[in-house]
Amino acid sequence: MTMTTHPRKLVVIITEGALENALSRELIALGAHGYTICDVRGRGSRGAREAAWEADRNIRFEVICDETVAEAIASAMREKYYDDYAMTLFVADIGVLRPQKF
Amino acid sequence: MDLDPVVLFFLLGVAARLLRSDLRLPEAMYEGLSIYLLLAIGLKGGVELARHPIAALLPQALCVILLGLALPLLAFPVLRYLGKLDHHNAASIAAHYGSVSMVTFAVALAFLADHAVWHEPYMPLFVVLMEVPGIVVGILIARLGGEVRGVQWKTLAHEVLFGRSILLLAGGLLIGWAAGPELLAPQSKLFFDLFKALLALFMLEMGIVAAARIRDLRRTGMFLVAFGTLMPIAFGVIGAITGRLIGLSVGGTMLLATLAASASYIAAPAAMRIAVPQANPSLSLAAALGVTFPFNIVIGIGLYLWLAQRIHAL
Repeated sequence: MTMTTHPRKLVVIITEGALENALSRELIALGAHGYTICDVRGRGSRGAREAAWEADRNIRFEVICDETVAEAIASAMREKYYDDYAMTLFVADIGVLRPQKF
Repeated sequence: MDLDPVVLFFLLGVAARLLRSDLRLPEAMYEGLSIYLLLAIGLKGGVELARHPIAALLPQALCVILLGLALPLLAFPVLRYLGKLDHHNAASIAAHYGSVSMVTFAVALAFLADHAVWHEPYMPLFVVLMEVPGIVVGILIARLGGEVRGVQWKTLAHEVLFGRSILLLAGGLLIGWAAGPELLAPQSKLFFDLFKALLALFMLEMGIVAAARIRDLRRTGMFLVAFGTLMPIAFGVIGAITGRLIGLSVGGTMLLATLAASASYIAAPAAMRIAVPQANPSLSLAAALGVTFPFNIVIGIGLYLWLAQRIHAL
């Protein structure tokens, strides 16, 4: 059996929990159809982010979208948040089964 | 001197962290305990509030708000010119010290209960009143430094005012006030009798969290350590004098001194991160949580009671 997939972009943003509300709104405004958030911890250029308690939470956004929206998200994040917030963003090529959903 | 078990639990948490133990309270438990503590403090104040004419509190409440507005204005020049911090960081730290720490207040309440010192039952109301003004003044000072991107006051107000600490404290006050002591009696075992035991458990986690900040202090230097211990003492004196002037009892004066001396590490960091992103949160948290919070728990609270007693003896 062959599986037909359609190319899309997976945008992953790892950042500070403080940005959760702001980013949730912005991603939709930038054209994303949806997103998934989870709590994470780790270590990066801004030191260990242990997510030990509420003022120190870190989150990971995942957005599946087309290339135009992915570019819009990437440039908006770079412009608004890179300077002042701990933020890692990367984009991966993925295939989805239901193109109308994303 | 016998050490309060609440303090000992805190120190156990600090030790666990320094020894790199894997001890950590599950997140859900930490959140559950903090909800419990906020509600319990609110309810207790509310029950007693039912017996007071509320209008009589207005002048005192106004003075407490003014105190909250004044503290960051005093802290800012110290940070900016003595500490040589840049404008945004100085403003952000000033906001943390203008706002209050609910946990420090909870420990102070337990401390007064242990020493059988009476206090005005409506003091939790002042926690609600003092949480926000310091944060607002801090943001305004930061904006004077220019180039803070358009602060979205509406979003910010929503996050601060309807964050769980104010919501639960104020909600508890209202429920306690509306229900009164008789109707709340069946719940008093959980909310009043168990308060200290659950506070002790919470302090274990606070010890771990506070000790995690010690590493940041090595980088931020001695100024913040000195600031984090001396500023609360100075603010404690100001709070105690204010308490005496507005006619609070010894216990109430001590609690107001504690509120003035305490620094926020939950509401303020969240608000400042959004409103003043240029400020480095590890500086303000190192001072508020790594220095001032432990200082107040272990030494400050006893000191403020002594201060309140001295000021009332004058």
